[in-house]
Amino acid sequence: MPPQPSASRVWMTTWLLPAVLPLLLLLAWDVAVRATGTMLVPSPQAVGLMLWDFAFGGIYDDAFSETLPTHWLQSMTRVYGAFALAALVGIPLGLVIGKNAAIRRFVDPTLQMLRPVPVTAWLPLSMIFFGVGPNAAIFLVFLGAFFPIVINTTFGVKSVEPRLFEAAAMLGCKGTSMFRQVVLPAAMPSIFNGLRLGHGIAWFLIVVGEMTGVPEGLGAAIMDGRMLSRTDVVIAGMVVIGFTGFVTDRLLVALNNRLLKWSPQHNV
Amino acid sequence: MSEILAHRTAAPILDMVHVSKVFNLNGRPIHALKDVNLQIQKGEFVCLIGASGCGKSTLLRIMGGFESVSNGVAKMYHTPIGEPGPDRGMVFQDYGLFPWLTVRQNIAFGPKQRGLPDAMLKQIADHYLHMVGLTKFADHFPSQLSGGMKQRVSIARALANDCEVLLMDEPFGALDALTREVLQQELLDIWAKTKLTVIFVTHAVEEAVLLADRVVVMTAGPGRVERDYRIPLERPRCITAPEFNRVRQELTEMLSSHVAHHAKAA
Repeated sequence: MPPQPSASRVWMTTWLLPAVLPLLLLLAWDVAVRATGTMLVPSPQAVGLMLWDFAFGGIYDDAFSETLPTHWLQSMTRVYGAFALAALVGIPLGLVIGKNAAIRRFVDPTLQMLRPVPVTAWLPLSMIFFGVGPNAAIFLVFLGAFFPIVINTTFGVKSVEPRLFEAAAMLGCKGTSMFRQVVLPAAMPSIFNGLRLGHGIAWFLIVVGEMTGVPEGLGAAIMDGRMLSRTDVVIAGMVVIGFTGFVTDRLLVALNNRLLKWSPQHNV
Repeated sequence: MSEILAHRTAAPILDMVHVSKVFNLNGRPIHALKDVNLQIQKGEFVCLIGASGCGKSTLLRIMGGFESVSNGVAKMYHTPIGEPGPDRGMVFQDYGLFPWLTVRQNIAFGPKQRGLPDAMLKQIADHYLHMVGLTKFADHFPSQLSGGMKQRVSIARALANDCEVLLMDEPFGALDALTREVLQQELLDIWAKTKLTVIFVTHAVEEAVLLADRVVVMTAGPGRVERDYRIPLERPRCITAPEFNRVRQELTEMLSSHVAHHAKAA
Protein backbone atom coordinates (compact mmCIF):
# COMPACT_ATOMS: atom_id res chain seq x y z
CA MET A 1 0.00 0.00 0.00
CA PRO A 2 1.66 3.28 -1.04
CA PRO A 3 2.25 5.72 1.85
CA GLN A 4 -0.81 7.89 2.44
CA PRO A 5 -0.18 11.62 2.70
CA SER A 6 -0.20 12.87 6.30
CA ALA A 7 -3.28 14.57 7.71
CA SER A 8 -1.60 17.98 7.74
CA ARG A 9 -0.61 17.51 4.10
CA VAL A 10 -4.21 16.73 3.20
CA TRP A 11 -5.42 19.80 5.11
CA MET A 12 -2.93 21.99 3.29
CA THR A 13 -3.95 20.82 -0.18
CA THR A 14 -7.68 20.92 0.59
CA TRP A 15 -7.89 24.25 2.37
CA LEU A 16 -4.61 26.18 2.35
CA LEU A 17 -3.59 25.84 -1.27
CA PRO A 18 -6.92 26.94 -2.79
CA ALA A 19 -6.94 29.95 -0.46
CA VAL A 20 -3.59 31.26 -1.71
CA LEU A 21 -4.79 32.75 -4.98
CA PRO A 22 -7.84 34.58 -3.56
CA LEU A 23 -5.68 36.01 -0.76
CA LEU A 24 -3.11 37.19 -3.29
CA LEU A 25 -5.86 38.81 -5.36
CA LEU A 26 -7.20 40.56 -2.26
CA LEU A 27 -3.72 41.84 -1.52
CA ALA A 28 -3.28 43.06 -5.09
CA TRP A 29 -6.65 44.81 -4.90
CA ASP A 30 -5.72 46.54 -1.66
CA VAL A 31 -2.36 47.67 -3.01
CA ALA A 32 -3.92 48.92 -6.24
CA VAL A 33 -6.54 51.03 -4.46
CA ARG A 34 -3.97 52.53 -2.11
CA ALA A 35 -1.40 53.18 -4.81
CA THR A 36 -3.77 54.89 -7.22
CA GLY A 37 -5.68 56.76 -4.51
CA THR A 38 -8.89 56.16 -6.44
CA MET A 39 -12.25 57.26 -5.10
CA LEU A 40 -14.18 55.05 -7.48
CA VAL A 41 -13.19 51.60 -6.28
CA PRO A 42 -13.40 50.83 -2.57
CA SER A 43 -10.61 48.97 -0.81
CA PRO A 44 -11.11 45.41 0.43
CA GLN A 45 -11.44 46.72 3.97
CA ALA A 46 -14.23 49.11 2.96
CA VAL A 47 -16.04 46.22 1.28
CA GLY A 48 -15.44 44.07 4.33
CA LEU A 49 -16.96 46.72 6.59
CA MET A 50 -19.88 47.10 4.25
CA LEU A 51 -20.44 43.34 4.23
CA TRP A 52 -20.51 43.30 8.02
CA ASP A 53 -22.92 46.16 8.16
CA PHE A 54 -24.99 44.57 5.39
CA ALA A 55 -25.30 41.42 7.45
CA PHE A 56 -25.36 42.58 11.04
CA GLY A 57 -25.65 46.36 11.05
CA GLY A 58 -24.05 48.61 13.65
CA ILE A 59 -21.47 50.41 11.52
CA TYR A 60 -23.38 52.64 9.16
CA ASP A 61 -27.02 53.24 9.66
CA ASP A 62 -28.24 53.43 6.09
CA ALA A 63 -30.87 51.71 3.99
CA PHE A 64 -28.63 48.70 3.55
CA SER A 65 -27.82 47.95 7.19
CA GLU A 66 -28.75 44.50 8.35
CA THR A 67 -30.70 43.88 5.16
CA LEU A 68 -28.53 41.08 3.80
CA PRO A 69 -30.64 38.23 5.23
CA THR A 70 -33.78 39.63 3.58
CA HIS A 71 -32.12 40.23 0.23
CA TRP A 72 -30.38 36.89 0.35
CA LEU A 73 -33.57 35.03 1.19
CA GLN A 74 -35.49 36.72 -1.61
CA SER A 75 -32.83 35.84 -4.14
CA MET A 76 -32.58 32.29 -2.87
CA THR A 77 -36.33 31.83 -3.21
CA ARG A 78 -36.31 33.15 -6.74
CA VAL A 79 -33.24 31.23 -7.89
CA TYR A 80 -34.48 27.95 -6.51
CA GLY A 81 -38.07 28.58 -7.47
CA ALA A 82 -37.03 29.18 -11.05
CA PHE A 83 -34.52 26.35 -11.01
CA ALA A 84 -37.10 23.90 -9.67
CA LEU A 85 -39.52 25.01 -12.37
CA ALA A 86 -36.88 24.63 -15.05
CA ALA A 87 -36.10 21.12 -13.79
CA LEU A 88 -39.78 20.16 -13.49
CA VAL A 89 -40.46 21.23 -17.07
CA GLY A 90 -37.07 20.51 -18.59
CA ILE A 91 -36.41 16.96 -17.42
CA PRO A 92 -39.69 15.38 -18.55
CA LEU A 93 -39.53 17.32 -21.80
CA GLY A 94 -35.95 16.19 -22.36
CA LEU A 95 -36.94 12.59 -21.64
CA VAL A 96 -39.79 12.69 -24.11
CA ILE A 97 -37.77 14.39 -26.83
CA GLY A 98 -34.93 11.94 -26.34
CA LYS A 99 -37.21 8.94 -26.50
CA ASN A 100 -39.61 9.88 -29.26
CA ALA A 101 -38.17 10.77 -32.66
CA ALA A 102 -41.45 12.22 -33.90
CA ILE A 103 -41.75 14.62 -30.99
CA ARG A 104 -38.09 15.51 -31.36
CA ARG A 105 -38.58 16.51 -34.98
CA PHE A 106 -41.61 18.49 -33.92
CA VAL A 107 -40.10 20.40 -31.00
CA ASP A 108 -36.36 20.48 -31.58
CA PRO A 109 -36.12 23.15 -34.32
CA THR A 110 -38.10 25.59 -32.16
CA LEU A 111 -35.90 24.90 -29.16
CA GLN A 112 -32.75 25.38 -31.20
CA MET A 113 -34.05 28.70 -32.48
CA LEU A 114 -34.92 29.97 -29.02
CA ARG A 115 -31.71 28.82 -27.37
CA PRO A 116 -29.24 31.38 -28.75
CA VAL A 117 -31.42 34.33 -27.74
CA PRO A 118 -29.69 35.94 -24.74
CA VAL A 119 -31.83 36.04 -21.63
CA THR A 120 -31.33 39.79 -21.31
CA ALA A 121 -33.14 40.22 -24.61
CA TRP A 122 -36.20 38.67 -23.00
CA LEU A 123 -36.33 41.33 -20.30
CA PRO A 124 -38.80 43.72 -21.94
CA LEU A 125 -41.14 40.91 -23.02
CA SER A 126 -40.93 39.33 -19.62
CA MET A 127 -42.07 42.54 -17.99
CA ILE A 128 -44.93 42.79 -20.44
CA PHE A 129 -46.03 39.22 -19.71
CA PHE A 130 -45.59 39.27 -15.95
CA GLY A 131 -45.65 42.93 -15.05
CA VAL A 132 -43.25 44.55 -12.67
CA GLY A 133 -42.18 42.29 -9.85
CA PRO A 134 -40.64 38.95 -8.96
CA ASN A 135 -42.49 36.79 -11.50
CA ALA A 136 -40.73 38.46 -14.38
CA ALA A 137 -37.42 37.78 -12.63
CA ILE A 138 -38.34 34.14 -12.05
CA PHE A 139 -39.26 33.78 -15.72
CA LEU A 140 -35.86 35.05 -16.84
CA VAL A 141 -33.94 32.77 -14.50
CA PHE A 142 -36.21 29.91 -15.59
CA LEU A 143 -35.34 30.55 -19.24
CA GLY A 144 -31.65 30.53 -18.48
CA ALA A 145 -31.73 27.28 -16.52
CA PHE A 146 -34.22 25.53 -18.80
CA PHE A 147 -32.11 25.03 -21.91
CA PRO A 148 -29.08 23.23 -20.46
CA ILE A 149 -31.44 20.96 -18.52
CA VAL A 150 -33.50 19.96 -21.57
CA ILE A 151 -30.53 19.58 -23.86
CA ASN A 152 -28.48 17.50 -21.46
CA THR A 153 -31.46 15.32 -20.59
CA THR A 154 -32.17 14.67 -24.27
CA PHE A 155 -28.53 13.88 -24.83
CA GLY A 156 -28.52 11.49 -21.87
CA VAL A 157 -31.50 9.58 -23.22
CA LYS A 158 -30.18 9.38 -26.77
CA SER A 159 -26.70 8.31 -25.81
CA VAL A 160 -27.64 5.16 -23.92
CA GLU A 161 -25.48 2.37 -25.30
CA PRO A 162 -27.59 0.11 -27.55
CA ARG A 163 -25.84 -2.87 -26.01
CA LEU A 164 -27.58 -2.18 -22.71
CA PHE A 165 -30.98 -2.51 -24.41
CA GLU A 166 -29.92 -5.84 -25.89
CA ALA A 167 -28.69 -7.07 -22.53
CA ALA A 168 -31.90 -5.98 -20.79
CA ALA A 169 -34.08 -7.65 -23.42
CA MET A 170 -32.05 -10.83 -23.15
CA LEU A 171 -32.56 -10.82 -19.40
CA GLY A 172 -36.31 -10.62 -19.80
CA CYS A 173 -36.94 -6.89 -19.41
CA LYS A 174 -40.12 -5.99 -21.25
CA GLY A 175 -40.39 -2.92 -23.45
CA THR A 176 -42.45 -0.89 -21.01
CA SER A 177 -40.13 -1.17 -18.03
CA MET A 178 -37.07 -0.74 -20.24
CA PHE A 179 -37.37 3.04 -19.87
CA ARG A 180 -37.51 3.01 -16.08
CA GLN A 181 -34.87 0.33 -15.59
CA VAL A 182 -32.37 1.15 -18.30
CA VAL A 183 -32.86 4.56 -19.91
CA LEU A 184 -33.42 6.59 -16.76
CA PRO A 185 -30.45 5.32 -14.74
CA ALA A 186 -28.20 5.42 -17.80
CA ALA A 187 -29.19 9.02 -18.51
CA MET A 188 -28.73 10.18 -14.90
CA PRO A 189 -25.15 11.50 -15.24
CA SER A 190 -26.15 13.68 -18.18
CA ILE A 191 -29.29 14.85 -16.44
CA PHE A 192 -27.23 15.78 -13.43
CA ASN A 193 -24.79 17.65 -15.62
CA GLY A 194 -27.66 19.60 -17.06
CA LEU A 195 -28.95 20.39 -13.58
CA ARG A 196 -25.55 21.56 -12.46
CA LEU A 197 -25.14 23.82 -15.48
CA GLY A 198 -28.68 25.16 -15.11
CA HIS A 199 -28.11 25.82 -11.43
CA GLY A 200 -24.97 27.82 -12.12
CA ILE A 201 -26.70 29.82 -14.82
CA ALA A 202 -29.61 30.52 -12.47
CA TRP A 203 -27.30 32.23 -9.99
CA PHE A 204 -25.53 33.97 -12.79
CA LEU A 205 -28.78 35.45 -14.06
CA ILE A 206 -30.29 36.57 -10.78
CA VAL A 207 -28.89 40.06 -11.18
CA VAL A 208 -30.47 40.42 -14.61
CA GLY A 209 -33.65 38.89 -13.32
CA GLU A 210 -33.90 41.30 -10.46
CA MET A 211 -33.57 44.32 -12.73
CA THR A 212 -37.26 43.92 -13.42
CA GLY A 213 -38.22 46.23 -10.59
CA VAL A 214 -38.23 44.12 -7.47
CA PRO A 215 -37.55 45.98 -4.22
CA GLU A 216 -35.57 43.22 -2.57
CA GLY A 217 -32.96 40.72 -3.63
CA LEU A 218 -29.20 40.60 -4.12
CA GLY A 219 -29.47 41.76 -7.72
CA ALA A 220 -31.82 44.57 -6.70
CA ALA A 221 -29.39 45.63 -3.94
CA ILE A 222 -26.54 45.69 -6.46
CA MET A 223 -28.57 47.87 -8.82
CA ASP A 224 -29.55 50.22 -5.95
CA GLY A 225 -25.93 50.43 -4.92
CA ARG A 226 -24.99 51.30 -8.48
CA MET A 227 -27.55 54.07 -8.68
CA LEU A 228 -26.39 55.54 -5.37
CA SER A 229 -22.73 55.24 -6.41
CA ARG A 230 -22.19 52.85 -3.52
CA THR A 231 -19.62 50.65 -5.23
CA ASP A 232 -18.91 48.94 -1.93
CA VAL A 233 -22.51 47.70 -1.93
CA VAL A 234 -22.12 46.48 -5.49
CA ILE A 235 -18.99 44.53 -4.68
CA ALA A 236 -20.46 43.22 -1.43
CA GLY A 237 -23.43 41.91 -3.39
CA MET A 238 -21.12 40.27 -5.92
CA VAL A 239 -19.20 38.58 -3.11
CA VAL A 240 -22.35 37.17 -1.58
CA ILE A 241 -23.67 35.89 -4.92
CA GLY A 242 -20.31 34.36 -5.80
CA PHE A 243 -19.94 32.70 -2.42
CA THR A 244 -23.47 31.34 -2.33
CA GLY A 245 -23.20 30.07 -5.89
CA PHE A 246 -19.94 28.36 -5.04
CA VAL A 247 -21.19 26.66 -1.90
CA THR A 248 -24.43 25.48 -3.51
CA ASP A 249 -22.54 24.15 -6.50
CA ARG A 250 -20.23 22.19 -4.20
CA LEU A 251 -23.30 20.77 -2.47
CA LEU A 252 -24.68 19.68 -5.83
CA VAL A 253 -21.38 18.04 -6.71
CA ALA A 254 -21.33 16.23 -3.37
CA LEU A 255 -24.86 15.00 -4.04
CA ASN A 256 -23.79 13.89 -7.50
CA ASN A 257 -20.85 11.98 -6.08
CA ARG A 258 -23.04 10.19 -3.58
CA LEU A 259 -25.87 9.23 -5.89
CA LEU A 260 -23.84 8.55 -8.99
CA LYS A 261 -20.70 7.03 -7.55
CA TRP A 262 -20.84 4.29 -10.17
CA SER A 263 -20.26 6.75 -12.97
CA PRO A 264 -16.75 7.35 -14.26
CA GLN A 265 -17.63 11.05 -14.52
CA HIS A 266 -18.04 11.60 -10.82
CA ASN A 267 -15.61 13.32 -8.48
CA VAL A 268 -15.47 16.46 -10.57
CA MET B 1 -41.10 -49.33 -35.44
CA SER B 2 -37.96 -47.44 -36.40
CA GLU B 3 -40.11 -44.50 -37.59
CA ILE B 4 -41.74 -44.32 -34.14
CA LEU B 5 -38.32 -44.36 -32.51
CA ALA B 6 -37.16 -41.71 -34.95
CA HIS B 7 -40.04 -39.43 -33.90
CA ARG B 8 -39.13 -39.93 -30.24
CA THR B 9 -35.61 -38.59 -30.86
CA ALA B 10 -35.26 -35.23 -29.20
CA ALA B 11 -35.69 -32.23 -31.47
CA PRO B 12 -32.52 -30.22 -31.84
CA ILE B 13 -32.39 -27.41 -29.32
CA LEU B 14 -31.44 -24.99 -32.10
CA ASP B 15 -32.44 -25.60 -35.69
CA MET B 16 -31.41 -23.27 -38.48
CA VAL B 17 -33.33 -24.12 -41.66
CA HIS B 18 -32.27 -22.39 -44.89
CA VAL B 19 -31.47 -19.27 -42.89
CA SER B 20 -30.56 -16.23 -44.95
CA LYS B 21 -29.92 -12.69 -43.82
CA VAL B 22 -29.57 -9.66 -46.03
CA PHE B 23 -28.60 -6.25 -44.66
CA ASN B 24 -29.15 -3.02 -46.51
CA LEU B 25 -26.09 -0.80 -46.39
CA ASN B 26 -26.49 2.54 -48.19
CA GLY B 27 -28.89 0.92 -50.61
CA ARG B 28 -26.59 -2.00 -51.37
CA PRO B 29 -27.62 -5.44 -50.15
CA ILE B 30 -25.08 -7.32 -48.00
CA HIS B 31 -25.62 -11.09 -47.94
CA ALA B 32 -24.46 -11.74 -44.40
CA LEU B 33 -25.87 -15.27 -44.45
CA LYS B 34 -27.06 -17.44 -47.32
CA ASP B 35 -28.92 -20.71 -46.92
CA VAL B 36 -27.42 -21.78 -43.60
CA ASN B 37 -28.57 -25.16 -42.33
CA LEU B 38 -27.39 -26.09 -38.86
CA GLN B 39 -28.72 -28.29 -36.09
CA ILE B 40 -27.46 -28.07 -32.52
CA GLN B 41 -28.25 -30.83 -30.05
CA LYS B 42 -28.89 -30.17 -26.39
CA GLY B 43 -25.72 -30.14 -24.30
CA GLU B 44 -23.33 -29.63 -27.21
CA PHE B 45 -20.50 -27.12 -27.12
CA VAL B 46 -20.34 -25.72 -30.63
CA CYS B 47 -17.85 -23.17 -31.92
CA LEU B 48 -18.63 -20.98 -34.89
CA ILE B 49 -15.34 -20.08 -36.44
CA GLY B 50 -14.33 -18.08 -39.48
CA ALA B 51 -12.68 -14.92 -40.70
CA SER B 52 -14.32 -11.50 -40.30
CA GLY B 53 -17.41 -11.10 -42.40
CA CYS B 54 -18.35 -14.76 -42.55
CA GLY B 55 -21.59 -14.15 -40.71
CA LYS B 56 -20.82 -16.05 -37.52
CA SER B 57 -21.85 -13.18 -35.24
CA THR B 58 -24.94 -12.58 -37.36
CA LEU B 59 -25.92 -16.23 -37.00
CA LEU B 60 -25.39 -16.04 -33.25
CA ARG B 61 -27.51 -12.92 -33.02
CA ILE B 62 -30.27 -14.62 -35.01
CA MET B 63 -30.19 -17.46 -32.49
CA GLY B 64 -30.42 -14.88 -29.74
CA GLY B 65 -33.34 -13.11 -31.35
CA PHE B 66 -31.46 -9.86 -31.87
CA GLU B 67 -31.76 -10.12 -35.66
CA SER B 68 -34.60 -11.50 -37.73
CA VAL B 69 -34.12 -13.86 -40.65
CA SER B 70 -34.64 -12.58 -44.17
CA ASN B 71 -35.46 -16.07 -45.36
CA GLY B 72 -35.81 -19.51 -43.81
CA VAL B 73 -36.59 -20.34 -40.20
CA ALA B 74 -34.54 -20.21 -37.01
CA LYS B 75 -36.08 -22.52 -34.42
CA MET B 76 -35.53 -23.38 -30.80
CA TYR B 77 -36.94 -26.89 -30.42
CA HIS B 78 -40.06 -26.58 -32.53
CA THR B 79 -40.80 -22.89 -32.09
CA PRO B 80 -39.46 -20.15 -34.33
CA ILE B 81 -37.19 -17.80 -32.45
CA GLY B 82 -38.82 -14.46 -31.74
CA GLU B 83 -37.46 -11.82 -29.43
CA PRO B 84 -34.45 -12.08 -27.12
CA GLY B 85 -35.26 -13.85 -23.89
CA PRO B 86 -33.82 -15.46 -20.77
CA ASP B 87 -33.86 -18.95 -22.29
CA ARG B 88 -31.03 -17.88 -24.61
CA GLY B 89 -28.44 -16.10 -22.48
CA MET B 90 -25.96 -13.96 -24.38
CA VAL B 91 -22.46 -12.95 -23.36
CA PHE B 92 -21.18 -10.00 -25.38
CA GLN B 93 -17.59 -9.15 -26.19
CA ASP B 94 -18.03 -5.68 -24.66
CA TYR B 95 -19.69 -7.14 -21.53
CA GLY B 96 -22.91 -5.09 -21.63
CA LEU B 97 -23.06 -4.79 -17.84
CA PHE B 98 -25.31 -2.12 -16.31
CA PRO B 99 -22.84 0.39 -14.89
CA TRP B 100 -25.25 1.78 -12.29
CA LEU B 101 -25.81 -1.62 -10.70
CA THR B 102 -23.41 -3.53 -8.48
CA VAL B 103 -22.14 -6.96 -9.48
CA ARG B 104 -24.80 -8.57 -7.33
CA GLN B 105 -27.57 -6.40 -8.76
CA ASN B 106 -26.43 -7.12 -12.30
CA ILE B 107 -26.61 -10.84 -11.67
CA ALA B 108 -30.01 -10.52 -9.99
CA PHE B 109 -31.41 -8.38 -12.84
CA GLY B 110 -32.85 -11.29 -14.82
CA PRO B 111 -34.54 -13.03 -11.87
CA LYS B 112 -35.82 -9.63 -10.74
CA GLN B 113 -37.70 -9.24 -14.03
CA ARG B 114 -39.60 -12.39 -13.17
CA GLY B 115 -40.76 -10.78 -9.91
CA LEU B 116 -38.96 -13.09 -7.52
CA PRO B 117 -38.85 -11.98 -3.86
CA ASP B 118 -35.71 -10.37 -2.44
CA ALA B 119 -34.71 -13.40 -0.40
CA MET B 120 -34.66 -15.54 -3.53
CA LEU B 121 -32.77 -12.88 -5.45
CA LYS B 122 -30.08 -12.86 -2.79
CA GLN B 123 -29.87 -16.65 -2.86
CA ILE B 124 -29.57 -16.82 -6.63
CA ALA B 125 -27.01 -14.01 -6.76
CA ASP B 126 -24.93 -15.66 -4.02
CA HIS B 127 -24.98 -18.96 -5.87
CA TYR B 128 -23.73 -17.55 -9.14
CA LEU B 129 -21.30 -15.15 -7.46
CA HIS B 130 -19.72 -18.22 -5.91
CA MET B 131 -19.78 -20.10 -9.20
CA VAL B 132 -17.71 -17.47 -10.94
CA GLY B 133 -15.60 -16.70 -7.89
CA LEU B 134 -16.68 -13.12 -7.34
CA THR B 135 -18.28 -13.32 -3.90
CA LYS B 136 -15.85 -10.76 -2.53
CA PHE B 137 -16.77 -8.27 -5.23
CA ALA B 138 -20.51 -8.53 -4.88
CA ASP B 139 -20.96 -4.86 -4.03
CA HIS B 140 -18.48 -3.42 -6.50
CA PHE B 141 -19.51 -1.50 -9.59
CA PRO B 142 -18.47 -2.68 -13.08
CA SER B 143 -16.21 0.34 -13.46
CA GLN B 144 -14.13 -1.04 -10.59
CA LEU B 145 -13.57 -4.43 -12.19
CA SER B 146 -11.01 -5.80 -14.61
CA GLY B 147 -12.05 -7.14 -18.03
CA GLY B 148 -11.87 -10.75 -16.91
CA MET B 149 -14.02 -10.05 -13.87
CA LYS B 150 -16.54 -8.17 -15.96
CA GLN B 151 -16.86 -11.12 -18.27
CA ARG B 152 -17.39 -13.43 -15.33
CA VAL B 153 -20.23 -11.20 -14.17
CA SER B 154 -21.62 -11.33 -17.70
CA ILE B 155 -21.59 -15.12 -17.64
CA ALA B 156 -23.10 -15.29 -14.16
CA ARG B 157 -25.80 -12.84 -15.19
CA ALA B 158 -26.85 -15.01 -18.14
CA LEU B 159 -26.71 -18.24 -16.13
CA ALA B 160 -28.74 -16.78 -13.27
CA ASN B 161 -31.73 -16.89 -15.58
CA ASP B 162 -31.51 -20.67 -15.93
CA CYS B 163 -30.91 -20.26 -19.63
CA GLU B 164 -30.91 -23.42 -21.73
CA VAL B 165 -28.56 -22.01 -24.31
CA LEU B 166 -25.52 -19.83 -23.70
CA LEU B 167 -24.56 -17.72 -26.68
CA MET B 168 -21.09 -16.21 -26.55
CA ASP B 169 -19.86 -13.64 -29.05
CA GLU B 170 -16.05 -13.69 -28.94
CA PRO B 171 -16.34 -13.29 -25.17
CA PHE B 172 -12.63 -13.52 -24.41
CA GLY B 173 -11.45 -11.51 -27.40
CA ALA B 174 -10.81 -8.33 -25.43
CA LEU B 175 -8.89 -10.05 -22.64
CA ASP B 176 -5.19 -10.73 -22.24
CA ALA B 177 -3.89 -14.22 -22.97
CA LEU B 178 -3.48 -15.28 -19.35
CA THR B 179 -6.96 -14.21 -18.28
CA ARG B 180 -8.34 -15.84 -21.41
CA GLU B 181 -6.81 -19.20 -20.49
CA VAL B 182 -8.22 -19.04 -16.98
CA LEU B 183 -11.69 -18.13 -18.20
CA GLN B 184 -11.64 -20.86 -20.85
CA GLN B 185 -11.07 -23.45 -18.14
CA GLU B 186 -13.70 -21.91 -15.90
CA LEU B 187 -16.16 -21.97 -18.77
CA LEU B 188 -15.46 -25.66 -19.39
CA ASP B 189 -15.99 -26.34 -15.67
CA ILE B 190 -19.29 -24.47 -15.70
CA TRP B 191 -20.38 -26.29 -18.85
CA ALA B 192 -19.56 -29.66 -17.33
CA LYS B 193 -21.52 -28.78 -14.18
CA THR B 194 -24.58 -27.24 -15.79
CA LYS B 195 -24.75 -29.32 -19.00
CA LEU B 196 -25.82 -26.22 -20.94
CA THR B 197 -25.75 -25.91 -24.68
CA VAL B 198 -23.04 -23.43 -25.62
CA ILE B 199 -22.62 -21.67 -28.95
CA PHE B 200 -19.28 -19.90 -28.96
CA VAL B 201 -18.15 -17.53 -31.70
CA THR B 202 -14.42 -17.09 -32.13
CA HIS B 203 -11.81 -16.54 -34.76
CA ALA B 204 -9.09 -18.27 -32.74
CA VAL B 205 -8.49 -21.85 -33.88
CA GLU B 206 -6.77 -22.91 -30.67
CA GLU B 207 -9.70 -21.72 -28.59
CA ALA B 208 -12.13 -23.67 -30.75
CA VAL B 209 -10.13 -26.88 -30.56
CA LEU B 210 -9.81 -26.53 -26.80
CA LEU B 211 -13.45 -25.82 -26.06
CA ALA B 212 -15.72 -27.32 -28.67
CA ASP B 213 -17.31 -30.70 -29.34
CA ARG B 214 -18.00 -29.48 -32.81
CA VAL B 215 -16.55 -26.69 -34.89
CA VAL B 216 -18.64 -25.09 -37.61
CA VAL B 217 -16.36 -23.41 -40.12
CA MET B 218 -17.94 -20.48 -41.91
CA THR B 219 -16.79 -18.44 -44.89
CA ALA B 220 -17.76 -15.08 -46.25
CA GLY B 221 -19.04 -13.90 -49.61
CA PRO B 222 -21.92 -14.69 -48.87
CA GLY B 223 -21.76 -16.03 -45.32
CA ARG B 224 -22.34 -19.77 -45.21
CA VAL B 225 -21.33 -22.97 -43.47
CA GLU B 226 -18.34 -24.55 -45.15
CA ARG B 227 -17.56 -27.45 -42.83
CA ASP B 228 -19.04 -29.05 -39.75
CA TYR B 229 -16.13 -30.68 -38.02
CA ARG B 230 -16.30 -32.87 -34.93
CA ILE B 231 -13.27 -32.52 -32.69
CA PRO B 232 -11.92 -36.06 -32.17
CA LEU B 233 -10.21 -35.34 -28.86
CA GLU B 234 -11.02 -36.66 -25.40
CA ARG B 235 -11.53 -34.26 -22.53
CA PRO B 236 -9.70 -32.83 -20.63
CA ARG B 237 -7.71 -31.50 -23.56
CA CYS B 238 -4.09 -30.43 -23.38
CA ILE B 239 -3.01 -27.70 -25.76
CA THR B 240 0.56 -28.95 -25.85
CA ALA B 241 -0.35 -32.54 -26.76
CA PRO B 242 0.57 -33.71 -30.29
CA GLU B 243 -3.01 -34.79 -31.09
CA PHE B 244 -4.23 -31.34 -30.16
CA ASN B 245 -1.73 -29.75 -32.52
CA ARG B 246 -2.65 -32.13 -35.31
CA VAL B 247 -6.31 -31.16 -35.03
CA ARG B 248 -5.39 -27.51 -34.76
CA GLN B 249 -3.25 -27.72 -37.88
CA GLU B 250 -6.01 -29.46 -39.80
CA LEU B 251 -8.47 -26.77 -38.83
CA THR B 252 -6.06 -23.96 -39.62
CA GLU B 253 -5.49 -25.39 -43.09
CA MET B 254 -9.21 -25.62 -43.61
CA LEU B 255 -9.58 -21.99 -42.70
CA SER B 256 -6.61 -20.62 -44.61
CA SER B 257 -7.58 -22.45 -47.78
CA HIS B 258 -10.85 -20.55 -47.65
CA VAL B 259 -9.11 -17.27 -47.07
CA ALA B 260 -6.75 -17.91 -49.98
CA HIS B 261 -9.64 -18.97 -52.19
CA HIS B 262 -11.61 -15.92 -51.22
CA ALA B 263 -8.59 -13.68 -51.84
CA LYS B 264 -8.05 -15.21 -55.27
CA ALA B 265 -11.68 -14.79 -56.20
CA ALA B 266 -11.70 -11.15 -55.08
